Amino acid sequence: MRTQSRRTPRALFAVAAAGTLTTSLLAGCSGAGAGGGSSAHSINVLMVNNPQMVELQKLTKANFTKDTGIKVNFTVLPENDVRDKISQDFANQAGQYDVATLSNYEIPIYAKNGWLEPIDSYVKKDTAFDQQDILKPMQQALTAADGKLYGEPFYGESSFLMYRKDVFQKKGLTMPAHPTWQQVADLAAKADGAEPGMKGICLRGLPGWGEMLAPLTTVVNTMGGTWFDKDWKARLDAPEFKKATRFYVDLVRKHGEAGAAQSGFAECLNDTTQGKTAMWYDATSGAGSLEAAGSPVKGKMGYVPAPVDRTDSSGWLYTWAWGIQKASKNPDDAWKFISWASGKGYEKLVGEQAGWANVPAGKRTSTYDIPQYRKEAAAFADVTRDAIASAKPNDPGVQPRPAPGIQFVDIPEFTDLGTKVSQEISSAVAGRQSVDDALKKAQQLAEAVGKKYEGS
Amino acid sequence: MTATASPRVAAASARPAPRPPSDRLRTWATRAPLLPALLFMIVVTQLPFVATVVISFFDWNALYPKDRHFTGIDNYRQVLADPDLRHSVWTTVLLTVTVVLVSLVLGLLVALLLNRRFRGRGLVRTLMIAPFLVVPVAAALLWKHVLYNPEYGLLNGLLHYVGGPQPDWISDNPLLAVEAALVWQWTPFMMLILLAGLQSRDQQQLEAARVDGASDWQIFRYLTLPHLRRYLELGGLLGSIYIVQNFDAVFTITSGGLGTANLPYTVYQSFYQAHENGLASAAGVVVVIGSIVIATFALRVVSSLFREEVSRA
Repeated sequence: MRTQSRRTPRALFAVAAAGTLTTSLLAGCSGAGAGGGSSAHSINVLMVNNPQMVELQKLTKANFTKDTGIKVNFTVLPENDVRDKISQDFANQAGQYDVATLSNYEIPIYAKNGWLEPIDSYVKKDTAFDQQDILKPMQQALTAADGKLYGEPFYGESSFLMYRKDVFQKKGLTMPAHPTWQQVADLAAKADGAEPGMKGICLRGLPGWGEMLAPLTTVVNTMGGTWFDKDWKARLDAPEFKKATRFYVDLVRKHGEAGAAQSGFAECLNDTTQGKTAMWYDATSGAGSLEAAGSPVKGKMGYVPAPVDRTDSSGWLYTWAWGIQKASKNPDDAWKFISWASGKGYEKLVGEQAGWANVPAGKRTSTYDIPQYRKEAAAFADVTRDAIASAKPNDPGVQPRPAPGIQFVDIPEFTDLGTKVSQEISSAVAGRQSVDDALKKAQQLAEAVGKKYEGS
Repeated sequence: MTATASPRVAAASARPAPRPPSDRLRTWATRAPLLPALLFMIVVTQLPFVATVVISFFDWNALYPKDRHFTGIDNYRQVLADPDLRHSVWTTVLLTVTVVLVSLVLGLLVALLLNRRFRGRGLVRTLMIAPFLVVPVAAALLWKHVLYNPEYGLLNGLLHYVGGPQPDWISDNPLLAVEAALVWQWTPFMMLILLAGLQSRDQQQLEAARVDGASDWQIFRYLTLPHLRRYLELGGLLGSIYIVQNFDAVFTITSGGLGTANLPYTVYQSFYQAHENGLASAAGVVVVIGSIVIATFALRVVSSLFREEVSRA
């Protein structure tokens, strides 16, 4: 009985195993199946589940589809999953999705791989879209090495310094209109303990290429450091990089938030909202939450450009943008969708229907001229626009760079390299190793990546 | 099953000729209802694994689609040579052993208490089980923000109240912080298993021991503990298998920083951050092989000890 019953499953298993190979190959060819098929007037859009996108999804049917007759099938996923799914679908050029949300980190890489449709010709024909209105650094960041445009921003952000005006006034401190990092460090020392439990400044210390490394790299840039020189030699052990990292780590250890090694954007936002810190250097999008109705610090915050050292500006640049897949069968309809979603009309629509605070801002000059928006975002509108407008994605530091990017190096290896390096530096923030030791390990990691590109 | 087995045994002993077709048909008929379940199991567990094994032999970076090619065992060589990965293996072992042992001991203590009769026992038992029912990522968030956070966490809040120091819990003891969160979650699981063991003890045997003048400690040492051995093994084994795979606590509490990256986190990082599909698959296969080896080894050792104990008694 026993031997009998064992034999058959084994045979079955062999058949199944053979089947696997074919299935996995098929899956590899077709990409993961989801969404409906693209008929003449429908497009498939894959996007990240940020609040601005969810709002867009709500407004599409009653506006875009009603006006154009183009049906839009959305697939909405969390950031990590969306990246994974996009790279699968685009790498295979499966054509499942016509449009996807891509960041300015991905667009040049994808374009280089030939996964995206250049949109220059659409932009030229579509005068109502008004490409000139898009902030210049955004246009640069979405233009690939071949000089063609591959994406249109949906919303964007830079970084700046937020501080408690009321606390500064009480302590008799003045924030310069364009502070340097040294001034900020001095102010942090003076503001530390201004109120019971209040620290001088909140800086991210949580590992992750999109967490701590973003603000840290802007400090490195302005203090004269760089990840790679123009010949792809890793420069993490250079004196400038060391000086900047030591400055950052010392500042956050001496006058920064408690638990810094686990603090990212969300934690610092929390600390600032609860009055646990006098200053916060982070994304311009943080201001929207600080000034939201019900926030305890609403109206008490002041905003100045990102602190500098050797450069004139140092804010980063990040955007979620629309890209059209090269294999898309409906590029015309896809462009119509992008033109609507990134257009001036959509901003107005959101302002009227969902409130002006929810407008996907940070991409158009004209957004900052809308009176209703200015009223809502009075405290930070101009500083935000100037921060984005002064970002230089191709020349963020004092020396020529081998790849674009301000708070990142625009190569596929950077997500992994950056995360590993940030884990080392986060360890230094926690006081578990010295900055020199952390950077020594980081330099080795970066050298391995740089070798791939040397001579290219 | 027994109905089909007995005539066949009789037939086989009578004459070793091929069985009549009707008999084979009947065995198939008894198996048939199992087939869909078997097929489902193969589709959801074995096929992905075979695909992973195949991918692990490729140099496949999702962002370099044109460079995809077969590399043989290169990925495995890289996995075993990478110091980060070797460190994460050690972290995984440390994490698993600590969490399993501590939660077994705590679980045993709680189970012994809950095995007594007292008012409100049902309520206490439900409360004790609650941590295990919390979604792992929610539990990790709870520990990170509500308890450990040095600015607004409960631990430092209480310390502040009595004028104590304000330690930075996670930065000072990163691995311990992760372990404490996991122990909190896994103690109820151990308790449940051990409580089932305690309640299946032979009451007559206990009474007999008491009549013979055995003390409480002697009853525990010579009757309860040997009886619980099987349950301890089961708890330890299931606990190890799940905690080796734990991802949520490390991801949420430390993001793999401060030397707490365990194997699943490292696999996640090479897949999502480095987009190295081949390398991540190879690391995943190594984890599976490691788990199988440890599980087999642990089972053998533990159950052989058990057999010795029985034969000695």
